[in-house]
Amino acid sequence: MAHAIFFYIFSTIAIISAIMVTASKNTVHSVFFLILDFISISCLFIMIGAEFLGMIMLIVYVGAVAVLFLFVVMMLNVAQQKNQWFSGESSSKHIPIGLIISIIIFFELIIVVGGWKYKPDLFNKVDLSSQDTLSNTHSLGQVLYTDYIHIFQISGMILLIAMIGAIVLTFRQREGIKKQSYLKQISRERSEGVELLNVDNKKGVSVDD
Amino acid sequence: MIDIGLGHYLTLGAIIFTIGIIGIFLNRKNIIVILMSIELILLAVNINLVSFSIYLNDISGQVFTLFILTVAAAEAAIGLAIIVVYFRNSGTIRVEEIDKLKG
Repeated sequence: MAHAIFFYIFSTIAIISAIMVTASKNTVHSVFFLILDFISISCLFIMIGAEFLGMIMLIVYVGAVAVLFLFVVMMLNVAQQKNQWFSGESSSKHIPIGLIISIIIFFELIIVVGGWKYKPDLFNKVDLSSQDTLSNTHSLGQVLYTDYIHIFQISGMILLIAMIGAIVLTFRQREGIKKQSYLKQISRERSEGVELLNVDNKKGVSVDD
Repeated sequence: MIDIGLGHYLTLGAIIFTIGIIGIFLNRKNIIVILMSIELILLAVNINLVSFSIYLNDISGQVFTLFILTVAAAEAAIGLAIIVVYFRNSGTIRVEEIDKLKG
């Protein structure tokens, strides 16, 4: 009973915030609704028994990805471009096609879900509470570092390549910025740094820097 | 209705997946919202994998969800970097005005 109530609460919040991600006019609001969506889905994960994944979703998505989105949205100054959802007059002809394709995809997915009803023993085979004494994190760690060790290391390589790629893409050498050069400072000598001038009276010298 | 089963979670995943598809198709604002829609789609896939993993009592679905999380984070970082570079070069990231490839 409580499971049903919490499922409906969290899934309603998730669906409404997912709609608001795509429909809200302000991009910053979209990012906030994306955060709300991730939080409610991770609550669902914790509720169903995948605690480790729920917490990882909170850390990775809310803590890293959503903040990255917020950084980029605020840095690119697109929050002021408050355009209507269907504002494109010239390109409004593919909106009905997009709607039709989306609805077809949704009904196909629903048909797939309904098709599982034909194997009714699959639904009721396992109850929600885990029988074994191992915790979720323990059982994940037992397979993650043994059976899936190669995929685990490959995903680490993917993260490394993504980091290098993001740095290389956004790196830019600016012109006309004075930087400190230790080599220049150390290799400077007195002969080129100090000059003795014989100054005429009431003339002064012009120093070009 | 009261008995929550696998079908409920799969339906929730299907609904969020479709909302993500609609967000990609009907987006008129900027590319960042398209990236967020892709994140929604990956989230729906994660819901499916986790619910199957719980209901079939098999842990490998959650392992694959971890890898999907990794790839989603990498994809968001690279995509946002590309968007930043494009904005620096062309000054806009609105979907209508990005037509350099004449697609």
